[in-house]
Amino acid sequence: MTGTGNIVARQPFPQAAKVRLADPQLRSNLRRATHTIRDKRLRVVGELPDWEALRVSGAAIKDDVLARLPDLLDQFEAAATAAGATVHWARDAEEACAVVTRLVRQTGTDEVVKIKSMATQEIGLNEALEAAGIAAVETDLAELIVQLADDQPSHILVPAIHYNRRQIRDIFAERMPGVDVSALTDEPAALAEAARRHLRAKFLSARVAISGANFAIAETGTLVVVESEGNGRMCLTLPETLISVVGIEKLLPTFGDLEVFLQLLPRSSTGERMNPYTSMWTGVSDGDGPQQMHIVLVDNGRTETRADPVGRQALRCIRCSACLNVCPVYERVGGHAYGSVYPGPIGAILSPQMTGPDAGANRTLPYASTLCGACFEACPVRIDIPEVLVHLRQRGVDAHRGRPSAERTAMGAMSWVMRDRRRYAAALRAARRGAAPLRLGGRRDHVRHLPWPLSGWTGTRDAPLPAAQTFREWWAGRGRG
Amino acid sequence: MRIALFVTCVNDLVFPGTGRAVVEILERLGHTVEFPAEQSCCGQMHANSGYRAEAMPLVRRFVDTFAEYEAVVAPSGSCVAMVRESYPRLAADDPGLAERVAELAPRTYELSELLVDVLGVTDLGASFPHRVTYHPTCHGLRMLRLGDRPLRLLRAVRDLELVELPGAEECCGFGGTFAVKNAGVSGAMLADKCDSVCSTGARFVAAADNSCLAHIGGGLSRRSDRPGTGGDQPGVRAVHYAEILAGTVRTPASTVGGTK
Repeated sequence: MTGTGNIVARQPFPQAAKVRLADPQLRSNLRRATHTIRDKRLRVVGELPDWEALRVSGAAIKDDVLARLPDLLDQFEAAATAAGATVHWARDAEEACAVVTRLVRQTGTDEVVKIKSMATQEIGLNEALEAAGIAAVETDLAELIVQLADDQPSHILVPAIHYNRRQIRDIFAERMPGVDVSALTDEPAALAEAARRHLRAKFLSARVAISGANFAIAETGTLVVVESEGNGRMCLTLPETLISVVGIEKLLPTFGDLEVFLQLLPRSSTGERMNPYTSMWTGVSDGDGPQQMHIVLVDNGRTETRADPVGRQALRCIRCSACLNVCPVYERVGGHAYGSVYPGPIGAILSPQMTGPDAGANRTLPYASTLCGACFEACPVRIDIPEVLVHLRQRGVDAHRGRPSAERTAMGAMSWVMRDRRRYAAALRAARRGAAPLRLGGRRDHVRHLPWPLSGWTGTRDAPLPAAQTFREWWAGRGRG
Repeated sequence: MRIALFVTCVNDLVFPGTGRAVVEILERLGHTVEFPAEQSCCGQMHANSGYRAEAMPLVRRFVDTFAEYEAVVAPSGSCVAMVRESYPRLAADDPGLAERVAELAPRTYELSELLVDVLGVTDLGASFPHRVTYHPTCHGLRMLRLGDRPLRLLRAVRDLELVELPGAEECCGFGGTFAVKNAGVSGAMLADKCDSVCSTGARFVAAADNSCLAHIGGGLSRRSDRPGTGGDQPGVRAVHYAEILAGTVRTPASTVGGTK
């Protein structure tokens, strides 16, 4: 069953990118933010002499999870249930939203507090709750900014990366209920104080909280959330009911496996040695913390992704966003261009696998990369993103064989020419001769405008012309001389 | 040592000077270079664009053409990365081919690897009296891990002033068909790369891959006659580092005159 929800690009990537490229403020915000996190990450990763070994361990543990996922899920369900939690299963976004909505309704409340969670973004939970008359209040600072702006996150870890301080100040001044505009400057401390006052009231009144989970331990039925602001801790401890929405690939076999990931994740995501808050909870405890504990395990295309032997490595992802921060394409266009809650290089391989490549414009995502390899180098669980990108391009090409296309014709013709020496040499001679008239112009070696389909190249750069003599012609003449 | 030159399709047609430079360098070191005429293209463009079926005949052709040589050298980081990194994957379903790839791939070298690691030389007696900056290119940097090999070769060149390129490790935005499929993003990345190159005050930007250089050179060429950027002044030129290494005091690199 393919995945649904906020993982479908509505516009082809090149088109969506064009809009973002035209926004110089966005580009400068993105550049500053990604370079700052990138440099911090490099520094703290460099401190660990065993970083490569940790990456290998992280990848191995996740691969083991993927290999025995059904068994581990059963084990997790049994352990969590024994500890007093109730486990629910959801095949896609609609089912997951329906389960959560029903659970919230049962409590009789119409407002819930939320911890930033990719899984709930993925399934479009806030929109579903709103449609059911339930207000979901985001408590993560950046997520709150995005929610108040009525916008979508642009980054996995830094959802408001596309705003600068002045823009955030204006959003708070206009949209935050009860904000003291006279005290509101664009200083981080002033902005944080305004958010704190706003959120404190919500924490103290909320009866239901909704979280995701960074990890789920099969052995013990434990859920783990790592965060930096403390809002998560408030949500996880104060309300009576806690509903956690968890992707099925979040499992780790044993509690001991956390040791590897609690080193990999904070360094890769925020460039910190340790994240400020790590919360772990196992079921319910009498008189301490939430007394109702629900866990919604979401598939939403993960089983299909797992079935692809090359592409399944995308499910190792721990949502650290290191690949986004080093990606030269992401840096120019931001997250919205990818049309999914999973932007950047990981999104380019995850979204089309979860939804199937033909959902919306997801087929264009595997081409949103130069294959520069920076993402693979940064990935803490060694997802070979360039390998998967090429694999998905290949799957796309193979799936549409038989349908005529100019590109397929050209690729086929070039391959046919290049696999035979005489044909190839003749083609080189023809190209060299064909270019001769162009060389008569003012410039000796570059041409400004080429006809379609080569005009795509000369839109932004001059094209080099074939040389007056090919290398093999020179070589042949040299042999005679 | 029996060294075969894989000149690559782009160099054969558009940048034959780079192939000539490799021949010049290796012969100056006393080696015999062979050019197997059966060669064509490594298939990188096909494979990276998803046309695996179209790439496979080219993979087989490469293996057939070069199997007998002790060493294969190519003046292209991305084509060598294709052979060493992608061929094993592409050939995985065909045990016979996979075995031949496994034998040939480790003997296929980018020029700087052959010079520094195999032949053990860094000083080629070259001369190039210009300020030069070096762009490491993604495949050379992250797939082949060429490291400072090209820089060591360039530092040994007489009268060459090597200046550091800001943001050197950032992709130039070429990416094969990416440059056309995502022309907007590619152009934005190219603009930043050209800014970095121009900020160095260098006359030449060198690299180990003419595909990236065609892209960067095309951007610099377009910029050189934009109003206000000194169209009448000589712009920054993109040059393969092999052509720099081939030039001597007696026979200066041909690229200086601006011809190919």
